[in-house]
Amino acid sequence: MTISQLYSKKVLEHVKKPRNIGEIKNPDGMATVGNPVCGDVMRLFLKVEKKDGQEYIKNVKFQTLGCGAAIATSSMITTLVKGKTLEEAEKISNQAVAEALGGLPPVKMHCSVLAAEALQKAIANYRQTKKK
Amino acid sequence: MKKKIYLDYAATTPVSSEVFKAMKPYFSHDYGNPSEPHSWGQKTRAAIDKAREQVAVFLGAQPQEIIFTSGATEAINLAHKGLVESRKKADFLPHIITSSIEHKAVLETCLHLEKLKMAEVTYLPVNENGLVQIVDLEKAIKLNTILVSIIYVNNETGVIQPIAEIGEKLKKINIERQVLGQSKVYFHTDATQAIQYFNCQVDSLGVDCLSLSGHKFYAPKGVGVLYLRKGISLTRQQDGGGQEYRLRAGTENVPFIVALGQALEIVGKQNPEINKVMEKLRDQLIAGVLQIKSTQLIGAGAKRSPHIASFLIDGAEGEAMLLLLSEKGIAVSSGSACTSGLLEPSHVLRAMGILPEKAHGSLRFSLGNQTKEEEIKEVIKVLPEVISSLRRMAPDLSDFKLK
Repeated sequence: MTISQLYSKKVLEHVKKPRNIGEIKNPDGMATVGNPVCGDVMRLFLKVEKKDGQEYIKNVKFQTLGCGAAIATSSMITTLVKGKTLEEAEKISNQAVAEALGGLPPVKMHCSVLAAEALQKAIANYRQTKKK
Repeated sequence: MKKKIYLDYAATTPVSSEVFKAMKPYFSHDYGNPSEPHSWGQKTRAAIDKAREQVAVFLGAQPQEIIFTSGATEAINLAHKGLVESRKKADFLPHIITSSIEHKAVLETCLHLEKLKMAEVTYLPVNENGLVQIVDLEKAIKLNTILVSIIYVNNETGVIQPIAEIGEKLKKINIERQVLGQSKVYFHTDATQAIQYFNCQVDSLGVDCLSLSGHKFYAPKGVGVLYLRKGISLTRQQDGGGQEYRLRAGTENVPFIVALGQALEIVGKQNPEINKVMEKLRDQLIAGVLQIKSTQLIGAGAKRSPHIASFLIDGAEGEAMLLLLSEKGIAVSSGSACTSGLLEPSHVLRAMGILPEKAHGSLRFSLGNQTKEEEIKEVIKVLPEVISSLRRMAPDLSDFKLK
């Protein structure tokens, strides 16, 4: 199997040049999902801004240790949620991430699940810290 | 465009021009069925006979001990299942001893036999260098043991097992067993990765069965050999016509068999110095990779084949490294979960006591007859940047708690 059959061009593009890599100092929301034993760990940072009574994702960054699909899905989800309201962002499913990447091989779908989970948890983390 | 660098010869090799030339006439010119007595058939029969002779010479065996198959996987299936089936009785459950670092062809065959309750299997552990301990092997032998199956050169690490020593030991054990009227313990080795670099004479190894695959030494994919010592009865696993001494039915793949014979003859004639040349290149690669912080050579304390060097790279995942290297025109392999399609890190690395979080960062380079020093230098130049870009991307896990 050649790599192009395994991964779409879009996936390879994101592996080669991931978007929004790094860390946000003093993030409003943050989550780490996955586990080094399984091979993939993703950490997502959010900066949230309130405008016209709505909460927007002003900035988002990620750090990932993992395979090509793990890198590409985390990179893609950051581009999908940037500038969105929290309600809009929360609706982004793992399938939407996979579709935006031009599809993922079946064995790699769990990476998109991980990316969606990271986003959900980072938003939940924001809401929880806000309450305190 | 930059020249591509192929360092995945342990996965497969190109068909050499000499081999390709030898096989070519048997596609459209000399195409007779070798089972037919007419002149077309006689011509291809002669071609198969010649190839069988070439293989026999290489292995120090008799032509009637050579069975052509579709590859090492089939040869391994035939040897293990065939031996077990011919010995299994209502009151006798055959016992196989193998190692935990075998190729999947052996492991999955053994698991299948266990599942069908055709055999019981002992999977020997290995030490941190990936070596089977002969004392463990001796202890595992039971009254109903019929087969010991140990890989010659491991495909992931390049670590060499002491096959001749095991063969010697089994010879002694079998003499005792014969006196006591116990059944013989046969010895199989998967020599797939050893063919080009190590002694494969069956008598000096003391093996009864040996499997090999053509595409690892410049013959095409889809052809292999099972060497089966004369006098050993085996139940064939593919039923049909009487080909291959009634041990493997189906019209012979003449061009591929010709190619395998030719390729083995070339290996047999090659200058033994090529091992040293390749070792030098490999050691250059090892030295270069180990310059990178937090990297480690796998099986560093054992004797290894000249064509394989595998590493553990901390903080970077194998498949991601493979993809980024591929972007730069370099082909390598990894034992990470993500390259296996099974989401499990390599069973070989796990058996060596390497933790899964480490095994995900494995990278295998394998050299071949086209590998040049400039290529090794280029890899050493490119790899540090690939690794550091992935490490920069990764979260700091020092505060990470495993749940």
